[in-house]
Amino acid sequence: MAADYGRWDPIVGKLGWDIFPLNEPVVVVTFVGVAIGGVALLAALTYFRLWGYLWKEWFTSIDHKKIGIMYMVLALVMLVRGFADAMLMRIQQAWTASGGAGYLDAHHYDQIFTAHGMIMIFFVAMPFVTGLMNFVMPLQIGARDVAFPFLNNFSFWMTVSGAVLVMISLFVGEFSTTGWLAYPPLSGIHFSPSVGVDYYIWALQIAGIGTTLSGINLVVTIVKMRAPGMKYMRMPIFCWTTLCTNILIVATFPILTATLALLTLDRYLGTNFFTNDLGGSPMMYVNLIWIWGHPEVYILTLPVFGVFSEVVSTFCGKRLFGYTSMVYATVVITILSYIVWLHHFFTMGAGADVNSFFGITTMVISIPTGAKIFNWLFTMYKGRIRFEVPMLWVMGFMLTFVIGGMTGVLLAVPPADFVLHNSLFLVAHFHNVIIGGVVFGIFAAMTYWFPKAFGFQLAPFWGKVSFWCWLIGFYLAFMPLYLLGLMGVTRRLSQFEDTIYAGYFIVALVGALFVAAGIGAFLMQIFVSIRDREALRDTTGDPWDGRTLEWSTSSPPPYYNFAFTPKIHQVDTWWHMKSVGFQRPTDNFEPIHMPRYTSAGIILAGITTVMGFALVWHIWWLAAATFVLAIGYGIDHTFNYNRDYYVQPDEVAEIEDERTKQLAGAAAT
Amino acid sequence: MNSIDFAPVRLRQHAGKSPITFAAAQYRLARLTGIHYKRPRHPKDTSENLSISNLCATVQGHGFATAITRGASDMKNLKTFLFLSLAPLLGGCNFVVMNPSGDIASQQADLIIYSTVLMLIVVLPVMALTVFFAIKYRSSNKEAKYEPEWHHSTNLEIIIWSVPMAIILCLAGLTWVATHRLEPYSPLSRISEEIPIDENVEPLVIQAVAMDWKWLFIYPEQGVAVVNEVAAPVNRPIKFEITSSTVMNSLYIPALAGQIYAMAGMQTELNAVINEEGSYKGFSANYSGAGFSQMHFQFHGLENGGFENWVEKVRSGPDELDRTAFLQLDQPSIAHPVTYYNSVVPELWDAIINLCVDKNELCHDDMMMVDALGGGGLEGLFLREVFAGICSSDDPAALLAKVRIDRELANAKNKQKNLSVAETDISALQQILALSGLDAMKSIVSRTN
Amino acid sequence: MTSENSAEPVEFYIRQPHHDDDGEHHHETGTMLGFWIYLMSDCLIFGSLFAVHAVLGRNYAAGPAPADLFDIDMILVATFMLLFSSITYGFSVLRMDKGDLRGTQIWLVITGLFGLAFLYLEVLEFSHLWHIGATPMASAFLSSFYTLVGTHGLHVTAGTIWLIVLLIQLQIHGLNHANIRRVMCLSMFWHFLDLIWIGVFSFVYLAGVLV
Repeated sequence: MAADYGRWDPIVGKLGWDIFPLNEPVVVVTFVGVAIGGVALLAALTYFRLWGYLWKEWFTSIDHKKIGIMYMVLALVMLVRGFADAMLMRIQQAWTASGGAGYLDAHHYDQIFTAHGMIMIFFVAMPFVTGLMNFVMPLQIGARDVAFPFLNNFSFWMTVSGAVLVMISLFVGEFSTTGWLAYPPLSGIHFSPSVGVDYYIWALQIAGIGTTLSGINLVVTIVKMRAPGMKYMRMPIFCWTTLCTNILIVATFPILTATLALLTLDRYLGTNFFTNDLGGSPMMYVNLIWIWGHPEVYILTLPVFGVFSEVVSTFCGKRLFGYTSMVYATVVITILSYIVWLHHFFTMGAGADVNSFFGITTMVISIPTGAKIFNWLFTMYKGRIRFEVPMLWVMGFMLTFVIGGMTGVLLAVPPADFVLHNSLFLVAHFHNVIIGGVVFGIFAAMTYWFPKAFGFQLAPFWGKVSFWCWLIGFYLAFMPLYLLGLMGVTRRLSQFEDTIYAGYFIVALVGALFVAAGIGAFLMQIFVSIRDREALRDTTGDPWDGRTLEWSTSSPPPYYNFAFTPKIHQVDTWWHMKSVGFQRPTDNFEPIHMPRYTSAGIILAGITTVMGFALVWHIWWLAAATFVLAIGYGIDHTFNYNRDYYVQPDEVAEIEDERTKQLAGAAAT
Repeated sequence: MNSIDFAPVRLRQHAGKSPITFAAAQYRLARLTGIHYKRPRHPKDTSENLSISNLCATVQGHGFATAITRGASDMKNLKTFLFLSLAPLLGGCNFVVMNPSGDIASQQADLIIYSTVLMLIVVLPVMALTVFFAIKYRSSNKEAKYEPEWHHSTNLEIIIWSVPMAIILCLAGLTWVATHRLEPYSPLSRISEEIPIDENVEPLVIQAVAMDWKWLFIYPEQGVAVVNEVAAPVNRPIKFEITSSTVMNSLYIPALAGQIYAMAGMQTELNAVINEEGSYKGFSANYSGAGFSQMHFQFHGLENGGFENWVEKVRSGPDELDRTAFLQLDQPSIAHPVTYYNSVVPELWDAIINLCVDKNELCHDDMMMVDALGGGGLEGLFLREVFAGICSSDDPAALLAKVRIDRELANAKNKQKNLSVAETDISALQQILALSGLDAMKSIVSRTN
Repeated sequence: MTSENSAEPVEFYIRQPHHDDDGEHHHETGTMLGFWIYLMSDCLIFGSLFAVHAVLGRNYAAGPAPADLFDIDMILVATFMLLFSSITYGFSVLRMDKGDLRGTQIWLVITGLFGLAFLYLEVLEFSHLWHIGATPMASAFLSSFYTLVGTHGLHVTAGTIWLIVLLIQLQIHGLNHANIRRVMCLSMFWHFLDLIWIGVFSFVYLAGVLV
């Protein structure tokens, strides 16, 4: 049963009673589960009277630390969703490869792999790195907030708005069945008449606005708000990678916006940008989307390269080897990421000259990447390596990522790509770099900065369990896919002709179960750590013997971050401060200029979500009304000239005295 | 966009941007000979290969690069060795990509091995060093040196940048040579390692159409067509001409050669040869919608007599593949049974790649010809079909000029009657058609030339 | 590092009192930089649309070409409307620098009127084309033409709405720090649109008609 997407009514657009996927048991079960869980959560929040607290202290907060944490929470929630999709696919493939009929029809399966890819990139990996950059970077450069605090809150809620639309698509109507990049003409209105692609488009456009604005925000923060003395070449590497990442965001997301807008026009108006007929060119879409898409890969990986640099030097108790070459490597990767996009479609047949050009530029990227790996390696050399959980993730990364890098360079050789393109080898490759690079890096970062964010450490036992489950799970899940790729098995199949692949898919399923255990162990770790928070309390603000400025404040930092603006003299400022035995100032506090909290961001994003839903279902009156409302509300917000205030010195003194006591207590024990 | 260059119909349009007469000549030639334009390609000679290998060797400074690019037999041994070492893992499974039956795919598999070996030169030491450093400099080992301020060494920096650079330089040389040698559009330079190409043997042309969700193969030489099955004689070069009647797909027969996209309104090509008799899997490697999982077929490599028999079997099929049969076949279907067509109407392929099997559609080549000549004017909005067949006229430019001059005359006449623009154009057009009709005009133009 | 070897104690925090109005100024430059980066990202949207037009601009689908459609005289008039509006915006900023609120407002109103005139001509052109059947659906060339020119038009519309809002805010709060910053941002936006239009006029209209 498929809903009738051809109908239209002026009041409800394309909506109708048949849009709920009641015929798909998996979705129904999920819905029941989500509904029960959701009601339980809402009830709990109400019972414990947390709504006011959440609204006042979090949702309307423009504190970069809280926004960063909210990004991470969003990403974790969406990670569970995206991973559930992955499990469904692994089960289906293991089942059908063993000769079974499977439990998902093609239509449902196609939605699942599309949603998995799209969610994992845009609503897991992106919020993870954005949240991380938001939380860490201003602390590292000695700033009190980002350059545009309200915009930061708005960006976050726009990202949530996109995620909400994707989640709605699970139960209302259906999601796209085109693959995560929605190549036309398959994603055109002729071949995909349902609302799936529209959900995809509007979710990305809305979240994309948030991402672009956040990119601008963080670039300006780094350029304008570094503490005195922090020259560019004294910034922590994580700030460098943040800078490059956000430059990439600003320089590529507009291309995605434009490309999706053209696809939208093709679908909504009937234009001919990417159609087969009347002069349209689907190949142009493929080019445009990858001109955004390849730099996107580096938008995800550069920040975690920064994380690894921080973690390695901290846990080796040693200055990072080759700071300067690390910086140049980052910049070179940033630039090169722009001129490699065609390697995603060598098989389009652009000819040997073009293909080898793009193949070679791709390989060239592995030179600065290789230099980075060597830099981390020589940071370990003559160090004192403490294998705390973050360092374990780094070790896992260094051993895993090089394999992914190697298969990546292999795929950059056009004739090799001809036989490996679109195969499970390719799938294994990009999971190898995304999991082995980005995910491991995020877990390292979460464990590393968790005490800074919440004031207590994560209990290491469950962290180690999580690490080993992820590591083993990754290899079990994806090494078979490499092999299957070499056996000529292509991606996105829901059915198989014969059963010779069964063993491999079953091993891959077992691997996915390990990863599930890894995610479970991480959640368990958070639970256990909250339970034992008093024992795990970090009173020094510097639990790892860190090197950069964020470890100089309390854990969690006061909302103004630093009572006095720090002054920087060299790389690894905090290490420097500790080494000369500096005195923390405890008196003569000055008023601190801070921005006010505002609910404008969440309200605007709420209106935008409704608008997105109305656009998906062609409810024009509602779309127009919400659009006008959003613009009107936005304009109204500009009439508010009273956006900041001064924290009075006595309030600062109170907070800082508390910290002085804490430090004295820590020194005594 | 660079990537659109290979498409013949597009190319013709590109050519049309240079002097129009040149474009017209090209169109006419294309029509007359049935040959589609593709980008000019320079046959690769071995000397170029050699020079790049040498470059590689010089950069590397020792014999390794030469060794790995030296000779096919060495490569084969290396491959066998590597695979034998992996054998316990692989458990007798068919790694068709690494162990194919066609010469092109074999060379591609070799390339995977060499590239991997090249990269392992740097990857293995890195992994070993990671483990070694991790153990040696663990915090519990107080014996190991600890230098917290040591963070720079120019010599080391030079090494960590130049080693990857040297490897990549070699790999880049290898890539350049291999990409040109294995360019799917280029005619084969050999049948297999042992058998050189026979200049007298024409490649077997197979025209492949990706449809929702099945593959149609047309054999112009034999005049037959098959759905979801394809065959070729062993050791005869095959030239696939590939297009799609629907969304983007990718034709991939792993045992034969790498894949290439199938896209509507344009033609891609794949030259390959099968060296061993057998039946191999083929499929679409680019996700195309609901029936994608079932969009596979068997590819038979047959000894010469076997191929003739197979063609005879196909010829015994009940139906002819004409425009009507094609349009019927073009309806979406999943797991379409193997179907034989005893004959194919000759103009069908041309109509498929120009998206005008349905005669009501204006063929893309006609459309692009009009566009190359400056567009069809406002009347093109309403009566595009008036331009049907303009490509096949002797002088399309003159023909179009005549249509447009007449239109302007009629326009001028109608302006006096104060008609709105749209009405003017339609009525002007109707007047022209009433006056002569395109066919009549075609003959006028060819006579005046 | 030199600081490690130096004997005198190193200062790690700025202890001097902070000047209040200084902070305001610091923030302003951040806004201008941020807005400039936003404009660059917007420029990339236009860049993508220009690239699309470069690819599709000759795909008439056997329909009309620029020469059949564009009334270049009218476009030239529209171009001058926009160019004049940029000049008048410049006058407005000059008045603002002199602290002349009334003069600033008057020149802004004139700028807005030129902007509206430009928009009127564009609407006129689009409705004429649509009326004769040259809709965005007719060919890839027309799709890309409408989208590129229309996107610019939407930006001018947004700029005009902003201008009206700003006029109200100037009326309420006068030339305070925030308003001066906003006038400068809109100024960048407005000149940016002018620059984009030069590109549109040259590459879409002139090149289209002349080829």
